[in-house]
Parts: sequence; structure tokens; C-alpha cells
Amino acid sequence: MNDEFDEDAASTIKRFMFVNRKAPHGTIYALEALEVVLISAAFDQDVSLAFLDDGVLQLRKGQDAKAIEMKNFAPTYRALEGYDIEKLYVERESLEARGMTADDLVVPVEVVDRARMSALMSEQDVIMSF
Amino acid sequence: MLHTVNKSPLQTRDLDSCLLHLEAQSAESRLLLIEDGVYGALAAAPSATTLSDLANQGRLYVLGPDLSARGVAPEALIAGAEIVDYEGFVQLIVDYGPHQAWV
Repeated sequence: MNDEFDEDAASTIKRFMFVNRKAPHGTIYALEALEVVLISAAFDQDVSLAFLDDGVLQLRKGQDAKAIEMKNFAPTYRALEGYDIEKLYVERESLEARGMTADDLVVPVEVVDRARMSALMSEQDVIMSF
Repeated sequence: MLHTVNKSPLQTRDLDSCLLHLEAQSAESRLLLIEDGVYGALAAAPSATTLSDLANQGRLYVLGPDLSARGVAPEALIAGAEIVDYEGFVQLIVDYGPHQAWV
């Protein structure tokens, strides 16, 4: 029974999407999401991150959280690649509503429109929302 | 896909964003309103027009215990919204998953 379980766990890769919809410093959600994403890297799953609505603000260049005496975690998004987390999707409509383009972001991302984002969501096994 | 919204649409834009994404998906996607999200199903709420379309297609659900807790009678809701209990919530995830919470 245990053997069967172990074999299953080793061979079953699930698609995990972490959906980020909140601005970075007003609440703890963005930082917590990043912590969970880094932990998830240890489990060799198919991980992607989605940024939409105010979540796109998490990736905005030039953030200096030390000004409010908080951890400056924006640079951490650049470290995700080192953990084999390379699928970062950012919604175009959300960027545009905030006067931003991909050039304003701290990491290279794939900018997708809302319809594509919706499709990506529906393809997941597990969606974690922050 | 099953979407849940737990905030009042009079307070946040979570329901709006959820609906924009849900519209881009197949007719298999469903919406369940829970917690303060149940206020969105009020016939008097600004969200009623959009949600009515969904309700008429049999794709809108509201969590009954959250309605009861808030003193919202089923008669106050838009027509066609289906009220489910916790067991129904679980069944919706089984039938229409994955589940996305628009928190």
C-alpha cells in the first residue's frame, strides 16, 4: 500500500497555478504567496504564477519597501528562475489599467490577454489564490 | 471550472474580475457566491443584471448557510440562482473543478 502511494507521488505531476491579485505592501498576501511558491519548487510540480488585477503591481520596478521598514521582496521574483519556476503570466488588461507595460516589470514575463488567462486557469489541477 | 467569490460586489471588484474571466470560459464554468459574496445575488444589487444571465443558464449558485446567517431570504435573490448547502458546495467542486477562489 505504501509502496503504491510512493510510486504514485513520484510519477504524478500536477499543474499548480498561484494567482496573485493584490498589490504588494498593503497586505501580507503577496509576500506569503511568494513564500508558498518557493516552497512548492521543492516538490517538482508544474508551477505557474498568474498576475492580474492589482497583482501586477507586485512586479513593478523601483519598489523600495525599506522606506516603510518592510522586507523588500520584489527582487525575489528574479530568483524564481533559479528554482525552475519560469512560467509567469501577466494579464495585459490589468497592466494597461495601471498605465504599465512589460518594460515596467522586474522580471521577464509572458503577457497574455484576459481570454488566454481564463483558459490557462481552466487547464490547472490546483489553483491557489492570494 | 468552479469560481467562488466571498466579498460583496459593493465593497470590492472581485466579482467583476471573476465575471470577466468566467465569460471567456466555456459554458461548463460555474459561479458560487459564498460569505459576503452572497450579497451579489440580491435582486436589488447592481450586479443583478450580469448575474441574471448566468442564473438563467443554471450556472449561478449561492451558499444557503451564508444567506441564513445574513438574514437574506431566497425571495430577495435574482430569479434562477440555485441555493446549495455545504454538501452541494463539495459536489460542485467534484463536478466542475478546478476551483478558483477570487479572494
